[in-house]
Amino acid sequence: MFLNLPYSFSDEERMIHDAAASFASSEVAPSAMSRDAEHRFPVELLKPLAELGFFGIKVPSEHGGVGSNTVSYAIALAKLAEACASTCVTVAVCNLFADVLSHFANEEQRERYLKPYLRGKLGAGTFCLSEPGNGSDASAMKTSATLDGDTYILNGAKQWITNGAFAKAHIVFAKTAPELGKKGISAFIVDADSDGVSVGYPERKMGLCSSNTVGLTFDNVLVPAANRIGEEGMGYRIALANLDGGRIGIAAQAVGIAYSALQEGLRYASERKVFNQRIVDFQASQFAIADAACDIERSWLLTMQAAVARDTTGKSARLSSMAKLTASESACRVADAMLQLHGGYGYVEDYAIERLYRDARVTRIYEGASEIQRLVIARDILS
Amino acid sequence: MFQLSETHEMLRKTCRDLADKELAPKAAHHDEKHLFPGEQVSKLRDLGLMGVAVSPEDGGSGLDNLAYAIAMEEISRGCASTGVVMSVNNSLYCDPVMRFANAEQKKIWLEPFASGQKLGCFALSEPGNGSDAGAARCIAEQDGDEWILNGTKAWITNGYEADAAIVFATTDRSMKHKGISAFLVPMPTPGLSLGKKEDKLGIRASSTCNLIFEDCRIPAENMLGEPGMGFKIAMGTLDGGRIGIAGQALGIAQAAFEAAVGYAKEREAFGKPISGLQAIQFKLADMATRIESARLLTWKAACLKDSGARYTKEAAMAKLVASEASTYVAHQAIQVFGGNGYVTEYPVERYYRDARITEIYEGTSEIQRVVIASQVLKSMS
Ligand SMILES: Cc1cc2nc3c(=O)[nH]c(=O)nc-3n(C[C@H](O)[C@H](O)[C@H](O)COP(=O)(O)OP(=O)(O)OC[C@H]3O[C@@H](n4cnc5c(N)ncnc54)[C@H](O)[C@@H]3O)c2cc1C
Ligand SMILES: Cc1cc2nc3c(=O)[nH]c(=O)nc-3n(C[C@H](O)[C@H](O)[C@H](O)COP(=O)(O)OP(=O)(O)OC[C@H]3O[C@@H](n4cnc5c(N)ncnc54)[C@H](O)[C@@H]3O)c2cc1C
Repeated sequence: MFLNLPYSFSDEERMIHDAAASFASSEVAPSAMSRDAEHRFPVELLKPLAELGFFGIKVPSEHGGVGSNTVSYAIALAKLAEACASTCVTVAVCNLFADVLSHFANEEQRERYLKPYLRGKLGAGTFCLSEPGNGSDASAMKTSATLDGDTYILNGAKQWITNGAFAKAHIVFAKTAPELGKKGISAFIVDADSDGVSVGYPERKMGLCSSNTVGLTFDNVLVPAANRIGEEGMGYRIALANLDGGRIGIAAQAVGIAYSALQEGLRYASERKVFNQRIVDFQASQFAIADAACDIERSWLLTMQAAVARDTTGKSARLSSMAKLTASESACRVADAMLQLHGGYGYVEDYAIERLYRDARVTRIYEGASEIQRLVIARDILS
Repeated sequence: MFQLSETHEMLRKTCRDLADKELAPKAAHHDEKHLFPGEQVSKLRDLGLMGVAVSPEDGGSGLDNLAYAIAMEEISRGCASTGVVMSVNNSLYCDPVMRFANAEQKKIWLEPFASGQKLGCFALSEPGNGSDAGAARCIAEQDGDEWILNGTKAWITNGYEADAAIVFATTDRSMKHKGISAFLVPMPTPGLSLGKKEDKLGIRASSTCNLIFEDCRIPAENMLGEPGMGFKIAMGTLDGGRIGIAGQALGIAQAAFEAAVGYAKEREAFGKPISGLQAIQFKLADMATRIESARLLTWKAACLKDSGARYTKEAAMAKLVASEASTYVAHQAIQVFGGNGYVTEYPVERYYRDARITEIYEGTSEIQRVVIASQVLKSMS
């Protein structure tokens, strides 16, 4: 499905598709249901994923990455999400961590952190932006970093940190000059084992139960100035730089979830008989299937259109938001409709659709809630 | 993924200019008076838009189906009635003639139509059956080297202006839909009369009428394709036609969207432009997003057709999503306009009426869903 487009995929893009497909089906899918039920993080998958290059798909090869593009990234995430949305988001944030370091870290930082990380030696990556008091409005952050000699003293709390308990280093955004607002934010690499860093209990989430989401608190944590990424005040720019790409990733995740839900719906509806007819023989079921197929197709087209725009022009804000908005809203609709085809069985854990339904929901919230995507699109229209 | 070639971009611009200068300014007048946009259609002819994807040897422009989809959108953005006249000639008339006519037939029945000198129409639906075209009641009986047609075709777009019709009639009742054949019928011709012009909700500048056949004799060589191939010809034709209607729906939606954006920036309420209100911004964002995704589906179906691949499912998706986006966007545009959306001084009420047909003809939305589901299920087994 993912390669059936009027676009000539490069050999590299096809290879990444095939690698993701095969890893997803042999290593990720089989344990997806039990990991979800047990709220167990796929810690055993981190190293193989890193070694296959899935932590740095877009990172140039001279920085130790695969050196591919947004198209490949989207395809890989969609294939992973088809198998397990939790593993997908884990990998998405791992790539975000690598992309930030690759774009903005200096050579010494890349040697110390990025290279070993991409070889699977530093666990997962994080991106610590959101806080208990602010998510959509990231510039309102309270976490602060005060320079004392050549060390910053970091204080504050970050919330919703994907991979937070499984990372050896974090990328943390904090205010170095609160009076400057957005321009007073800086980004840091913080060693997870530094004194004063504590990891909260994993959130008990309705979905993505096999992904790790925690709060992190920083209590007088000493961060060497050498661990500041870029200049002081560049933090907000760094946080936003990968936004368009990140949204394409989440759009791809949503398409993967929706595609998987459609397969589950088709399978169940083709097997189960009621009133002496297969469920799929009822026109009402067929219409649900047709609508789901359309939703998936248009979401994927927008996702790929955005990915190609980002790869070729570097500009994709409007398309990225359209893709993220459409794909996430579609994923929820599709999962809901396919759950409906399952009847009562859709409501119990024995069937994958129950998990897909829960997993789909978050795609409308993180990496910019649907409302934020609409604001971005509207701003672009009206400008 | 879709980066339009220079040819496509130029065509788009040419059509857009034509729509802005020649079509849009007259659209309301033609709509109100139910007037066929003859002068406008002749402008389309001059630009080669009446046979966009027909080869130059056969009188056409020799472009591809992507070009056709783009042109359909831009023309319909100016005037949806002109859009349907164009689409019927291109995809319902010229396309099947191009694919099934023999060399001699093409000279008479294709060249002048693809070049826009003459206008074609497509007569499949009947008073008693539309979606279920296999139930056609029109009959054709052979009498020596002539066929005698009897029966009534309904809803025929371009009926009043057309110089020829492709008519589907049963030549062998025992074979059911496999007994339907297609005929090239000159217009006017003895034995063929036109019903009254339908008084429609929208696309009122295009004519729609019954074709009534009473012992209408046509030469045997006017059969298109082989006996019994009619249903197959009709269904294949509609696959391509759906790309055109998707384009038409996109054009109407785009026009409504642009009108809404323009109005939202100027209209003030509570002392500020309504474009500053989140409720209006969110509508505009949703409108733009639905148009964009429908456009990508339409282009994908067109590209598949151009590559020679199967595209039945994609064309049905494009038609379904684009037509529903069109009615949605037109509905929201009226909302943005408030009371002004409800009166004919502004074009959005026309967009709303015009958009509505795109969910009905060339297969209703329900029929598109039937087609899509059957394709999805087929690909599974
Ligand atoms: C499972 C999970 C993993 C996550 N992983 C990470 C991570 O790794 N790193 C990280 O930094 N963050 C992460 N997040 C946080 C995520 O990005 C935020 O939850 C998201 O940005 C929304 O912020 P919020 O939850 O504070 O909601 P709020 O910003 O409080 O929003 C609440 C509601 O108000 C709406 N709203 C807000 N502003 C506007 C506006 N201007 N106009 C209209 N409506 C508005 C929102 O759309 C939403 O409906 C994660 C979240 C979850 C659930
Ligand atoms: C302005 C206009 C122009 C037209 N131009 C042409 C033309 O040029 N040439 C031509 O041949 N025809 C033309 N048509 C006819 C058009 O294609 C038909 O109206 C259309 O196919 C629907 O058929 P019907 O009106 O008989 O509705 P019906 O087939 O009677 O359908 C009525 C309702 O039942 C639903 N329905 C029917 N079958 C099914 C099913 N299997 N499953 C679920 N729901 C179903 C339909 O979706 C619809 O909602 C035109 C129609 C209009 C209004």
